[in-house]
Amino acid sequence: MTPEELAAQIPDGALLGLPPDYSMPSMAVVRSLILLKKRNLRLLGVPVLGLSADLLIGAGCVSEIETSAVSLDEAGLAPRFTEAVEKGEISVRDATCPAIHTGLQAAEKGVPFMPLRGILGSDLVSLRPEWKVGQNPFAEKQDSILMVPAISPDIALFHARWADDAGNVWVGRRRELATLAHASKRCFATYEEKRPGNMLDDELLAPGVITSAYVTAVAPAARGAWPLGVAGLYGIDDEHLARYARAAKTREGFQRYLDEFVCTPRKSSSPASSPA
Amino acid sequence: MHAKEELLACVVARLIGEAAHVAVGAASPIPAAGALLLKQRNPALRLSFLHKRKGNPFTEGSRELFDLAGQGRIDVFFLGGAQIDGEANVNLVRAEGRRFPGSFGSAFMYGVVPKVILFREEHSPRVLVPKVEFISATGNPVALLTGKALFAWQKEKRRFRLESVHDGDDIRSQTGFDYDAPQAAPRTPVPTEKELALLRGPVAKEMAPNYPEFARRVWPGIS
Repeated sequence: MTPEELAAQIPDGALLGLPPDYSMPSMAVVRSLILLKKRNLRLLGVPVLGLSADLLIGAGCVSEIETSAVSLDEAGLAPRFTEAVEKGEISVRDATCPAIHTGLQAAEKGVPFMPLRGILGSDLVSLRPEWKVGQNPFAEKQDSILMVPAISPDIALFHARWADDAGNVWVGRRRELATLAHASKRCFATYEEKRPGNMLDDELLAPGVITSAYVTAVAPAARGAWPLGVAGLYGIDDEHLARYARAAKTREGFQRYLDEFVCTPRKSSSPASSPA
Repeated sequence: MHAKEELLACVVARLIGEAAHVAVGAASPIPAAGALLLKQRNPALRLSFLHKRKGNPFTEGSRELFDLAGQGRIDVFFLGGAQIDGEANVNLVRAEGRRFPGSFGSAFMYGVVPKVILFREEHSPRVLVPKVEFISATGNPVALLTGKALFAWQKEKRRFRLESVHDGDDIRSQTGFDYDAPQAAPRTPVPTEKELALLRGPVAKEMAPNYPEFARRVWPGIS
């Protein structure tokens, strides 16, 4: 299996759960989705998004996005997201980080909803008719609490440090990826390196593993998170992100970026190494 | 002489005051410097820098911060906004036809963290508005600190009160919302020699890896 073959299995219109820039997005598959001209993807930010979403939106692959934010962090606003929303080209379902985590946790438990504190008083509540406010059934006094429905993405997509012969993947402390995988109908992961055997036999590795029960398919992709990072292996390529942020300010600049770094995959898959 | 950022960090340290656990989000170098300054005096203070690329404090992914906060285990958090209004609402979504990144965790954190400090360096009628266009989050903050002034929050009146000004600017003309003010607002105390020594020594050193650009700008040759 290759990243291109994984991307080919993601149908137009799919609800795709993606991690933020700091939590190992599979940029290799994101670039393939653009090359394959996927359309009407619905993105779910777990719980926010960055470069992956901006690229997909700029390339016309996205119709709808649910997220708590889209930004390039230190590199500033996400220019293609910003323009697409301001021009009404995509619809945004604004959320707040723990509401997305909680919706995924409900899905992984197989319950229809879960409550969470806070958020009442935010305009988000009136924007999201599927979020309900109700009385805490265990309280004797009036105690309003928000309930959010389970979120079950069609596909979870991310990058992992390792895969093994048993079909497990290792994401270490990035446990929101495990929640995302547990909650999603299918899970596709690219990985840096293959480990022989079964990581669940190793007590030190096992806590960072997502077991194969949740993993639909994997594909090797060395430096598959680039220009984002994999902790302990390679760092975020800040210079590249700053360059992207400048280029993507205009449609023309964005197209030139795609021509150089996405439509010529050799370049993107073998960047100069940078320290972790 | 001191930098504006150093003065603001000293105010942040005072605003945090008594606390056991402070969380600082991304893009918040001044709150981070203030928290680190306080830690020099109170080594037991736990600081969680959420965006730390190495040695991130959490092992359950990004939801752990919110789980901790939901239990009341985070005492202090900082929020900013594209707009902040006179009722302490913050807007991180949209204003004047422009789209901003989004609400992040603000809607949740504002309601569950006991001490929320509103911080926005820009102090202008564009940012400090009578009414935000979108309420990302609302609550009862401890204070609103800007690059020009410090406001206390009066919970009962749901209204800010000007506490001090940093440089003697005319605050009323720079502020889009109405607020209470004393006849003559005092100047914000400038950093002491001791505070400056801590900021330029151990704080600068700890800031450099996570906020490299900020550290280079404020403490050239030190950090």
